[in-house]
Amino acid sequence: MTESKTITINMGPQHPATHGVLRVVLEIEGETVVKARPVVGYLHTGIEKTMESKLYYKALPATDRMDYLAPMSNNLGYCLAVESLMEIEVPDKVKWARCCLAELTRVNSHLVWLGTHALDLGAMSMLLYTFRERELVLDIYEACGGQRMMTSYIRIGGLAHDLPPDFDKKVRNLTRIVRERMHDYETLLTNNEIFINRTRGVAVISAEDAINYSLTGPMLRGSGVKHDLRKANPYSGYENFDFEVAFGTNGDAYDRYLLRLEEIRQSLRICDQAIDGMPDGPYRAHVPGVVLPPKEDVLYKMESMIFHFKIITEGFKAPFGAVYQAIESPKGELGFYISSDGSNKPHRVRVRPPAFVNLAALPRLVEGRLLSDVICAIGSIDIVLGEVDR
Amino acid sequence: MTGMEEKVRSFMKANFADAIIREDDFRQQQSFYVKAEALVDICRALYDEPELDVRLLADITSLDWHGHPAADEGRFEVVYNLYSLNHKYRFFLKVRLPANAPRIATLTDLWNGANWMEREVWDMMGIEFVGHPDLTKILTPDELEGHPLRRDFPLTWEQPQFSWNKDNPPEVMK
Repeated sequence: MTESKTITINMGPQHPATHGVLRVVLEIEGETVVKARPVVGYLHTGIEKTMESKLYYKALPATDRMDYLAPMSNNLGYCLAVESLMEIEVPDKVKWARCCLAELTRVNSHLVWLGTHALDLGAMSMLLYTFRERELVLDIYEACGGQRMMTSYIRIGGLAHDLPPDFDKKVRNLTRIVRERMHDYETLLTNNEIFINRTRGVAVISAEDAINYSLTGPMLRGSGVKHDLRKANPYSGYENFDFEVAFGTNGDAYDRYLLRLEEIRQSLRICDQAIDGMPDGPYRAHVPGVVLPPKEDVLYKMESMIFHFKIITEGFKAPFGAVYQAIESPKGELGFYISSDGSNKPHRVRVRPPAFVNLAALPRLVEGRLLSDVICAIGSIDIVLGEVDR
Repeated sequence: MTGMEEKVRSFMKANFADAIIREDDFRQQQSFYVKAEALVDICRALYDEPELDVRLLADITSLDWHGHPAADEGRFEVVYNLYSLNHKYRFFLKVRLPANAPRIATLTDLWNGANWMEREVWDMMGIEFVGHPDLTKILTPDELEGHPLRRDFPLTWEQPQFSWNKDNPPEVMK
């Protein structure tokens, strides 16, 4: 056999290592990938179109269902965008609580990532450990919003309810336990020779390429670019917290693994600070006609009841214009571009999905590499197909 | 970042005075409405200008002003979301395109990241990016006709496999 011959194989959409319904068409020569073409869209549910037909309040639950591992981040991005459009200033307590919840989301998302990524690479027990710790986060979600995943807890102008009474105790308990167990994770993976061989020098992308491919989040920081929107353009009071931006140097899957572990630690730091410094105050801004009045008032005050009724039935009218609000979600820059035509429904909601944009760089990461590295590359991008396809 | 707003404005005015239609700073977010034919040149100049260092194309998206007075300037609007990592500054370039055969030059020569973003805009809104290496559908099924995010695409019309309303499509939204 002197002539070279390529064959085309199909990976996914039903493949356990593609984290959902991602399909990759691979052209391989022997074991080397010559060409990779990700095919997405199997989970497209038209969320952006749906949101156009809803009142601003009623479009919120759709955001949970995009990146279902980070519902609070999605809620936060959407609410901040609407608040910026309506010029609503939220109370300090809301800001601190939101930061705490968004960081819990990051812990949740990174833990699931860690478990599934390690599982893809053959370390099965990690999944069981990380899901055990993830339960603690989900318990806090349940205590806050009544649901474990589709919380819709962060609302326009504040929160759905006040924080539960034992919120601080629960969060402190979580930060203590996860911090301890991070050590266990590291003993299992960080110096594990199999894990290192599967990840070090795999799925490498340089800083220039990462920027050129519009990558954000851990994908960009793993290549040594110290860009984090929480520091660069602080939102929701992140300037009050003391934390470091984790970043890598080599831009390979191993660096991104270390970086995400460090991000969990920094998130726990922020959670602790948020609990220590949580100010007292209302859990919702007082903006009659735009922000729903607290439920206690609706039951006893005539005026609040009227506003409640009006907001639920006809919503509020937003001024003509467009705003963009980006937040640092666990996967990268999650942006909401909301255009208003002056009516009570958004004219267009564009979600800038970090996972979709990061996934576009997959061919760059795997072409010329081994077939088995494709699994590692997909895992290290950290995709959630609900968000990629929307 | 203070001062960046002024820097971007003066750079745009100095180099592309003819191409700027107007500037907008709704909610302190700077955006320039520019002529479609000048877009690639503007982006290239912004990319190469070391003072501004606009290296990250954060997003490309599109709007449809069908049935709205704003459509007088052109039915479709393409929004380019640019970010300078060094200066931590974000601003927007906006282009209006006509209802008939909306098309604009691609940015894939400058940014690889533009590839999927432009494919999505093509798929969902039907705006053609001239010179794009692979302008194919990305999110919707191959059988689906039309571009779902256009305002005149019915919200609940499922085609073609779930044809409960095939012969009786609902009224066009709005």
